Amino acid sequence: MGMTITEKILAKAAQRKNVVAGETVWLNVDILMTHDVCGPPTVAIWKKEFGEQAKVWDKQKLVIFPDHYIFTKNAHANRNVSVLRQFAADYNLPNYYDVGTERYKGVCHLALAEEGFNVPGTVLIGTDSHTCTSGAFGMFATGVGNTDAAFILGTGKIWEKIPESMKFTFNGTLPEYLTAKDLILHILGDITTDGATYRAMEFDGEAIEAMNMFERMTLTNMAIEAGGMNGIIAVDQVTRNYLNDIGVTGYEELYSDKDALYHSKFNYDVSKIEPTVAKPHSPDNRDTVKNVEGTALTKCYIGSCTGGKITDFQFAAKILFGQKVKVPTFIVPASTKVAKQLDVETINGITLKEIFVNAGCVIAESSCAACLGGPSDTIGRSVEGDVVISTTNRNFPGRMGSKNSQVYLASPLTVASSAVTGKITDPRKFL
Amino acid sequence: MENLIVGKAYVLGDNIDTDQIIPAEHLVYSTSDPEELKKYGHFALSSVPIDKAGLPEGGKLFISGDNYQSEYNIIIGGSNFGCGSSREHAPLALQVAGVKVVIAESYARIFYRNAVDGGFLIPYEGTEKLNDKIKTGDKIEVDLIDNKIKNLNSGKEYQLRPLGSVYDIVNSGGIFNYARQNKMI
Repeated sequence: MGMTITEKILAKAAQRKNVVAGETVWLNVDILMTHDVCGPPTVAIWKKEFGEQAKVWDKQKLVIFPDHYIFTKNAHANRNVSVLRQFAADYNLPNYYDVGTERYKGVCHLALAEEGFNVPGTVLIGTDSHTCTSGAFGMFATGVGNTDAAFILGTGKIWEKIPESMKFTFNGTLPEYLTAKDLILHILGDITTDGATYRAMEFDGEAIEAMNMFERMTLTNMAIEAGGMNGIIAVDQVTRNYLNDIGVTGYEELYSDKDALYHSKFNYDVSKIEPTVAKPHSPDNRDTVKNVEGTALTKCYIGSCTGGKITDFQFAAKILFGQKVKVPTFIVPASTKVAKQLDVETINGITLKEIFVNAGCVIAESSCAACLGGPSDTIGRSVEGDVVISTTNRNFPGRMGSKNSQVYLASPLTVASSAVTGKITDPRKFL
Repeated sequence: MENLIVGKAYVLGDNIDTDQIIPAEHLVYSTSDPEELKKYGHFALSSVPIDKAGLPEGGKLFISGDNYQSEYNIIIGGSNFGCGSSREHAPLALQVAGVKVVIAESYARIFYRNAVDGGFLIPYEGTEKLNDKIKTGDKIEVDLIDNKIKNLNSGKEYQLRPLGSVYDIVNSGGIFNYARQNKMI
């Protein structure tokens, strides 16, 4: 029996020839990532459990990005960043990206890709559920809590149950009105928020092959919204080119065997998929944009690890070029690199930043910001009565702030089109 | 691990995500300062929509007034309990509020791992849907030896799924105790 790409990576990390779905193994972790919300409690558990002699198992393999609650006056939130800063100083950690310095990167999942920590064939564990994003690079990446992270911090090891794999194949050429976000929302409608619990979600097909790395990351990012343990896309020339550009070499490319066993397989013809939304209050509450068109909005939001990458802003700018927004619209670049790119990337000689400013959008500094609500002074946070359309990943009650607000999740094309009219709008109106 | 847990049930629906269990704005408090830790208990389950708080009627707050501990110490949930973010503050908040055991139809992976590896509470799965059979406030007895629960109000018994491969970690009180007992650390 052959193995899936996920099984092969996990077998390698468990120093085994093969593994089968359902068995529990101990893995050697290649990278541990944490941030300002889960880093401080992780360090506290590590100190308590390993005592005064606690040692970081491998400083090169520990990566810390403050990114969640950064631009706030909240004293407790700022204390968390201070804890990380002190921890990095005490242990002389090389991969700490401090707030208020040139090293500050913004949202961890995009920063991992930009800084070359996403290496095909490896195992990356993070204290954030969207750690699955890194799977776009042909690697195993998943989220854990603070105790598991503290255990890794001291030992470099974690137990995992080998997941069954589900395969999602997208055939055909993606039409200009669709993005990766529409595809993953479409899957969520089919399999629901626990349709992939404890399983790997593997993506392939012509439409995936034609996608750049950032769009692929949108797919793997939301694997967790289906309960997935990881999302994964095998390495191809697009991956190699991205890695080559940032100097990542010498990695192992692994591929699923033809006779690998899958839990299930899904095939989609992308020409038949419509611009898609998730209605309040769940990412699997799928509908077509057409069916909810005209819903009056109070806020539009383009940002986060899911929808704040340069490609997301290119999509949005295509719609917002020469237009004015009718409702407050927030542009939150996921990383500081993306923020700089807004000044460089152009459409008809006008920078994306100018396009957004001319349209009347508010451009915020790079961080997780209102995707998860955050402290009360977080920019773009939803308030009572808000109806928001957003490129983020979750619309649970209270996720973006007030539990008495409603959040629709959609692609950057749909959010930008809706910003122009003030009502949920099909992007085909503007394309 | 105790053999028997007796207490009052708090019943919830499907897909109780970690933002409902402990809203993100509260994740700023220290988890090691005993006074600040109480805030996690105080805000536990505070984002559950009021009509779904304490089924079947709803409208029953998990935490009343300024308290940080709940009068309920057994949670009966539906499917996909603890979905969403990886925040370990979720099982921690329930533990601080006094919850000993959660019985759900199914769990999201990270919440389940956190509950087990952190030793916060016991995450049992029912062998049938229970959140339509047990009412908030019912007195419940959980038998951890025979893996069953008894509703002391109705007298009915229900079988639970054995903890299986994570039993040893739960029984040790978490992954660190387990690793020490097995000379891994």
